[in-house]
Amino acid sequence: MKEEVRLMKGNEAIAHAAIRYGCDGYFGYPITPQSEVLETLEELMPWETTGMVVLQAESEVAAINMVYGGAATGKAVMTSSSSPGVSLKQEGISYIAAASLPALILNVMRGGPGLGTIQPSQADYFQATKGGGHGDYHLIVLAPSTVQEMVDFVGLGFDLAFKYTNPAMILADGIVGQMMEKVVLPEQRPRRTEEEIRKQCPWAADGRKGDRKRNVITSLELESSRMEVINHQLQARYREIEKNETRWEEIDVEGADYLIVAFGTIARICDKARELAAEKGIKVGIVRPITLWPFPTDAIAKAAEGKKGILCVELNAGQMIEDVRLAVHDNLPVEHFGRLGGIIPSPEEVVVALEEKIINK
Amino acid sequence: MDIKDIICAENKVYAAPELLDQSVHMHYCPGCSHGVIHKLVAEVIAELGITERTVGVSPVGCAVFAYNYIDVDWIEAAHGRAPAVATAASRLWPENVLFTYQGDGDMSAIGTAESIHAANRGENIVMIFVNNAIYGMTGGQMAPTTLVGQKTATTPYGRRIDLNGHPLEITNLMAILDGTCYVTRQSVHTPAAVRKTKAALKKAFENAMAKKGTSVVEVVATCNSGWKMSPEKANEWMAENMFPKYPLGDLKNE
Amino acid sequence: MKEEIIIAGFGGQGVLSMGKILAYSGLMDDKEVTWMPSYGPEQRGGTANVTVILSDEKISSPVLDKYDIVIALNQQSLDKFAPKVKPGGILIYDTNGIHNRPTRDDITIYPIDAMEATLDLGNSKAYNMVVMGSLLEAMPYKLPMENVIKGLKKSLPERHHKLIPLNEQAIEKGRSLLK
Repeated sequence: MKEEVRLMKGNEAIAHAAIRYGCDGYFGYPITPQSEVLETLEELMPWETTGMVVLQAESEVAAINMVYGGAATGKAVMTSSSSPGVSLKQEGISYIAAASLPALILNVMRGGPGLGTIQPSQADYFQATKGGGHGDYHLIVLAPSTVQEMVDFVGLGFDLAFKYTNPAMILADGIVGQMMEKVVLPEQRPRRTEEEIRKQCPWAADGRKGDRKRNVITSLELESSRMEVINHQLQARYREIEKNETRWEEIDVEGADYLIVAFGTIARICDKARELAAEKGIKVGIVRPITLWPFPTDAIAKAAEGKKGILCVELNAGQMIEDVRLAVHDNLPVEHFGRLGGIIPSPEEVVVALEEKIINK
Repeated sequence: MDIKDIICAENKVYAAPELLDQSVHMHYCPGCSHGVIHKLVAEVIAELGITERTVGVSPVGCAVFAYNYIDVDWIEAAHGRAPAVATAASRLWPENVLFTYQGDGDMSAIGTAESIHAANRGENIVMIFVNNAIYGMTGGQMAPTTLVGQKTATTPYGRRIDLNGHPLEITNLMAILDGTCYVTRQSVHTPAAVRKTKAALKKAFENAMAKKGTSVVEVVATCNSGWKMSPEKANEWMAENMFPKYPLGDLKNE
Repeated sequence: MKEEIIIAGFGGQGVLSMGKILAYSGLMDDKEVTWMPSYGPEQRGGTANVTVILSDEKISSPVLDKYDIVIALNQQSLDKFAPKVKPGGILIYDTNGIHNRPTRDDITIYPIDAMEATLDLGNSKAYNMVVMGSLLEAMPYKLPMENVIKGLKKSLPERHHKLIPLNEQAIEKGRSLLK
């Protein structure tokens, strides 16, 4: 399949992107608003073309453990779900991180807590960036704002996951999962051969060939001194990822009086708000973190220099704002604006919030 | 005749299985059934010539360290999730032979869903189920398979149906699923039983190689430490109390 | 060029698929497009709306509060979205079942009897394409018909391609309602 321009929903785009990346396996369980990922894969039948395995598991718990099992053998495997389902996956995610396995997890967030709503949300920021499951670990967290980024982050997510043998998560909101946009699908890449996998992943539990020592994928180490070493190794890797992989986008930051920090589709609503504010003579710049972990702490600190205040716009009650405040050490006012329960703020509302919470305060 | 003349290759009648790692000290209690079952699994894999394509999935429970003993690749699963882990590893490497090694907590409590569904899908895997009616590793608490009246750390006055429900015969459930091709219940308390269990394991691995579906080999086992008995007494207690509830033999053989 | 459009009506009126065909037609005309549904558990009978943006440039917010063009296909939608037409913008609504007519004088209003026109065509499924025709006629951005046909082909499954002539006919009918 050649490069191709299509109109599709973010969730459908994920399925196409996974096949074209050369993903080896997808394991999932239906939940609104992301069921189109599994539905599209089942419709496209990639097992007939690329040989990709697609399986509807009996639960999110089983699905993430299938991902653990597949990743343990060196294959490029993924799962997707929405907030309540991702909560169920946390045990497995912690194991995948602890066992240093590459894997890709998509969360198309809906409003919680509990069963909540099926409407869009960004309330899983803490869960995705601060651990989520038990223990000291981090996922590489990518926040797409367009359907094109949904496609691109499948490739980026897998590439980073394999580069650092660490799970990556695409943290999308329900908006980008459900909306349709123009996308350029990449060319079909072949799946790696078994020889290529063995070369890339000499640690994989894919059958002990010849006289190599047995490979054991485990997160268990009862000897405390060794477990501490393992933890230090994980932390060293996280520092390395922070150094190399922090990504963000800036719009009109230079010369602006105020900053808006927002991620995902909400950053686009804020971009429209920036235009509306400019019509009123208010100069606003936008910083959009693309990696939520590692967080662009230094970039935000730099962008905040000389500004009069920062508005964090999030579809939650104020989660990323904690990281923004840490970044700027309370050197300037930082306030939060968000809607809850699945309500999406309009650009006009964002401008009003900026005026009320920052400018006129 | 000198003893040195007797110790020679021609006279060899028994050897440790080549796949049983002799460099590590086994952590199992003296008298525990796991050691015998491990030995049989190691022998069967070697005899079938599938060492290079066998991957084991170890559980949470006493057998969590199975990967330290049998010299094949291993994936250590979260508690109860071994069948899900094996499902993916098997589907992604269809030439490999996957087996899970699960205790009664793994198979019939926390991992019931994964176990039933992997078997129902007919994954081409071997599920080895060691049922000793107690949670050995965590200090002897009740298992779903604990017998009525049996004393454990969490049923100190004996298991009561009104409080704890009935002992769960998960293997019988497995037998009625269309995805299973071979379901059997064995034990390793006598030399004859050991031979039968080995034959059962061999058949199960052969089924996986032939992609016939899921094979379940339950081994009714002792936990003399958890049961607070001598190994010998534990074997007697098992024959007297466990076998009536969990009778040995094939439940399904297609 | 930038057209910010919302189409609102009952679920089952073909609101979402009309939006999809519109978005695909824009894509065929080399525009940037977004299609953002209000998604909910209702598949039929409930209210449904979709925001479609067609633009020469990269589109920022896919969610809006003010629109260049509002298409309202029932009273509820008319009440909700008529106030959200930008001054100088366009409001198209189906008169069928409407008892409170819009009164704004700072926008262009096109009442259409799309239901009646659809009945004339003899296929009730063509309703949304009649509405689409009126939209194409009213919209300042003139989407070439050949790209609309391409958009139809892209959005309809192959087995429904035989219905393209009927859809074309419905679009022409819709256009004629404004002439």
